[in-house]
Amino acid sequence: MISAQRAILIILVVAVCTFATRVLPFLFFGGNRGVPRAVNYLGKILPPAIMATLVIYCLKGISLLRAPHGAPELLAVALVAILHVWKRNNLLSIGLGTVFYMFLIQVVFV
Amino acid sequence: MKKRLLHYTFLQTLPVFCGYLFLGIAFGLLLSNAGYGAPWALFSSIFIYAGSIQFVLVNFLSGGFSLLTVAFMTLLINSRHIFYGLTFIEKFQSMGKRYPYMIFSLTDETYSLLCSMKVPEEFPEEDVFFLVSLSDQCYWVLGSVLGALTGQLLPFDTTGVDFAMTALFVVIFTEQWLSFPTHLPAAIGMVSSIACLLLFGPSGFLLPSLVITVTVLMLFRAKLEPYTLEPDSPSQEADSDKKEVLHR
Repeated sequence: MISAQRAILIILVVAVCTFATRVLPFLFFGGNRGVPRAVNYLGKILPPAIMATLVIYCLKGISLLRAPHGAPELLAVALVAILHVWKRNNLLSIGLGTVFYMFLIQVVFV
Repeated sequence: MKKRLLHYTFLQTLPVFCGYLFLGIAFGLLLSNAGYGAPWALFSSIFIYAGSIQFVLVNFLSGGFSLLTVAFMTLLINSRHIFYGLTFIEKFQSMGKRYPYMIFSLTDETYSLLCSMKVPEEFPEEDVFFLVSLSDQCYWVLGSVLGALTGQLLPFDTTGVDFAMTALFVVIFTEQWLSFPTHLPAAIGMVSSIACLLLFGPSGFLLPSLVITVTVLMLFRAKLEPYTLEPDSPSQEADSDKKEVLHR
């Protein structure tokens, strides 16, 4: 545990930096000049690439060499993806996937 | 009128209500497991209001991170937000006093909702946009406080509940894979992040990976840009004229 003051400070830093990322395009392109085409292109093409990166970011901690070789994570990710392709229901995919993962690490791969 | 507007907003935001309540509860649970109860969940969800970084915040609060690292990680993880605002620059500017809040509350989910909404003529679009953004944050605050409150009472083992965040990203990724006209950007992001993970290790791969992804996407611009032009956009003709000028 860290001190409450330190914790508040950390939360404020995260809050300010988060707002900074959201306000940046409005500061840069909020004038009358309009959005440059290259930025516009990036804004539209980046989301799928960033989501792929974020998925890898979440899985970065698993080790494929040591048992259970990332099996709980990979199985649960597969279930989420399959459920989502099948039903296209965010809540269902996230909910069942998470419960399945908890079951895997608490019961199966203990 | 007011009642109908609220009713309409709630129906539109229902998927986010379910998602945020669930993810919020998962976040509140994690936070309280780390020793930070409901007031902390309330405080961070009101002032930060960004799902993925709040999950990472739980790690920050366990100690061992300098403020500089915290700031840098936050900027990095939330850097995708930079591109969300681009869509709404003119729209939000026309919203007067609500302009700053619209910027502050532009999360992944609110962004997707606002992008996809076709507001009926009986409601002023600005009011709907503002209510959607505000409702979404209320759901998130409610969920996280609930999670923190019940977390201290829950009799069962909550290990692994943080997988909800991974699942959220997998869902958005899958959704974009199914709806995006080309898989190339997703493939570029995937290959570059896996390569960087192998090369730089888990703690330092995110920034090089994003830089490489942006660079490669710029290199493929001529090939990929047609996919980003909306077929029904009235300015498309003007755009393609400009493109020709730019390319020649």
